[in-house]
Amino acid sequence: MTSEQRTAALIAEPGLEAAATAADRKRGLLLALPAYVYLLLFFVLPFLIVFVYSFATRSATGATRLSDWNLLAYQKLFDSLVVQIVWRSFWIASLTTIICLVMAYPFAYYIATRRPAVRNVLLVLVMIPFWSNFLIRTYAWRFILGTDGPIATLTDALGMEPVRLLFTNAAVMIGLVYGFLPFMVLPLYAAIERLDWSLVEAARDLYASGWSAFRKVTLPLTRSGIIAGSLLVFVPSFGAYVTPAILGGSKDLLLGSYIVTQFQQARNWPFGSALSIVVMVFMLAALMIRARTGAEEV
Amino acid sequence: MKRWLGVLVALMLVAAACGGSEEAAVSTSDCGPGDTDGDLSFYNWAEYIDPDLIDAFEAEYGISVEYTEYESNEEMLAQVEAGAAVYDLVVPSDYMVDTMIQEDLLVKLNKDAIPNLGNLDDAFTNLPFDEAGDFSVPYQWGTTGIGVNVGAIGEGFDPSWALLFDADVADQYQGRISLLDDPLEAMVAALHYAGYTLEEVIADNNLDAIAEAEAILAEANARVAKYDSVNFGDDLVTGEVDIAHGWSGGFFASFAEADNADELVYIIPKEGGVRWVDNMAIPVTAEHPCSASTMINFILDAENGATLTNWNYYGSPNEASEAFILPEILEDEAIYPSGDALENLEFIPQVGELGLELQDAFTRSKS
Repeated sequence: MTSEQRTAALIAEPGLEAAATAADRKRGLLLALPAYVYLLLFFVLPFLIVFVYSFATRSATGATRLSDWNLLAYQKLFDSLVVQIVWRSFWIASLTTIICLVMAYPFAYYIATRRPAVRNVLLVLVMIPFWSNFLIRTYAWRFILGTDGPIATLTDALGMEPVRLLFTNAAVMIGLVYGFLPFMVLPLYAAIERLDWSLVEAARDLYASGWSAFRKVTLPLTRSGIIAGSLLVFVPSFGAYVTPAILGGSKDLLLGSYIVTQFQQARNWPFGSALSIVVMVFMLAALMIRARTGAEEV
Repeated sequence: MKRWLGVLVALMLVAAACGGSEEAAVSTSDCGPGDTDGDLSFYNWAEYIDPDLIDAFEAEYGISVEYTEYESNEEMLAQVEAGAAVYDLVVPSDYMVDTMIQEDLLVKLNKDAIPNLGNLDDAFTNLPFDEAGDFSVPYQWGTTGIGVNVGAIGEGFDPSWALLFDADVADQYQGRISLLDDPLEAMVAALHYAGYTLEEVIADNNLDAIAEAEAILAEANARVAKYDSVNFGDDLVTGEVDIAHGWSGGFFASFAEADNADELVYIIPKEGGVRWVDNMAIPVTAEHPCSASTMINFILDAENGATLTNWNYYGSPNEASEAFILPEILEDEAIYPSGDALENLEFIPQVGELGLELQDAFTRSKS
């Protein structure tokens, strides 16, 4: 049966249509079931446990008591100390996102405008870092930025004051940008590659300058890539733990490390849970912005 | 919405049930000296026992020992609480013994099964975290102090916390200093520098002293290169820092592998600081409590205790062992301090409600 015949048959017999839809739905559910179960077990359930724990009580010795439910952990979120840590994490994640965007956009543009063969080589080069473990690569930065590293050797050889990079915010930022840059390049590349160049040509034919053609045509048309890339960089940077722990020397605490501290040293699980909820709310907010702007585009 | 609430309530009930379920009580009262009741699962700090001792124990009692390691008290506690793995013998530090007793996580020891308890030095039989010694037996002890690269900063420095905290002394070491990333240790160091002990501060609920210590740490923050509780020894060896706050044994282990070992020293500041004891204890989840008792007794043997110290360079609480400990260890002031240095040391007491305040003060000081 061709699709036309099928449609005709369905129109003739409305009962069949309902049956087909039901069968379709069933098949769809079956296909999605493994993913649903996985998400339920390993995302929804843990999230609910964290949510429940955030209302629990901490005993004087640090044990978590699942009784006397209270909002103390949420009250503590408004401590100036906590606000400061959340704010610092927020601007470090924002700055990382902006630096990645500024670096990745021209690069993605460059890749997308090469010959297909060159393009593939360049894309492989972007992905090569993923071949080795993120932790190992971050430790490598420790050597590069450290007192015996190549940067220090170079400044030494030039007779300059020794530059102290390791264990500073600059080192954390370098590590974050390094780690997340590919996540910005790839969606941008996908968006730019999809771009209908005839629209840009039309703009130029209508006497738009190169800059205004870019601003009025290329940029809006690649917006979905910009938003996707920015989310992929911002969300993990905001809760980053490994990079600040290794390159930041545990100074100027960020949210990720602060949460770990609550679960280990401080043994304040309710508060750690409440902090995790905050991160989750930030992520949801970011995703909702994406859902909204994404919907406009269709 | 109602359905979600139902799910939530169900989850809370499940969580509460998991938390509340009690295992059948483990007891060592039926254990006699030298008894074993199966292979021993021993959960201890990393690099903390001479492997030969384990072999000797296995040979003597004909059971095998499964030896696993942890790197912090909190890590061990989380494992014991979660009950995911079964451990028969653990080695919590002082304040953690107190916590575990209060949380009903430790089994009362049957002292008749541990005749070698008599070998303990009197200084270790009346410890503040377990005064009667009902739940724990000292394993090894050590101190928290300062590791110094004498090659970098020169001889003749004053052995004092001023190396970290006095602007006149420490400013020249800007960016060459590391502190332990541990709220209690950092706060105790600053408190001792300011002339307090943590014990007094807790007894008097002295928030002003905590604020004073926080200010000292906050001022030091600008000079500190990093806060690290794991790599402090190695960072000193590689020259990443020249002055490091850390635990005695961690330094000795790093120094032992250093090319410039003769330039590296560990000092106990004259104002004193933390003296810690790690203790053997049997968790309530243990499955082989008699084997665990027997291991405790085995470690307390005079010669075995000495083997331990000769291997890991921590102080031994075992008085009878001293005859077998290498003289260069017994004479080393950095391992066996005497006089004022010994006098001013304190065990970290249970901090109770002040714990979160100390934690917050430390976090604020480095922000």
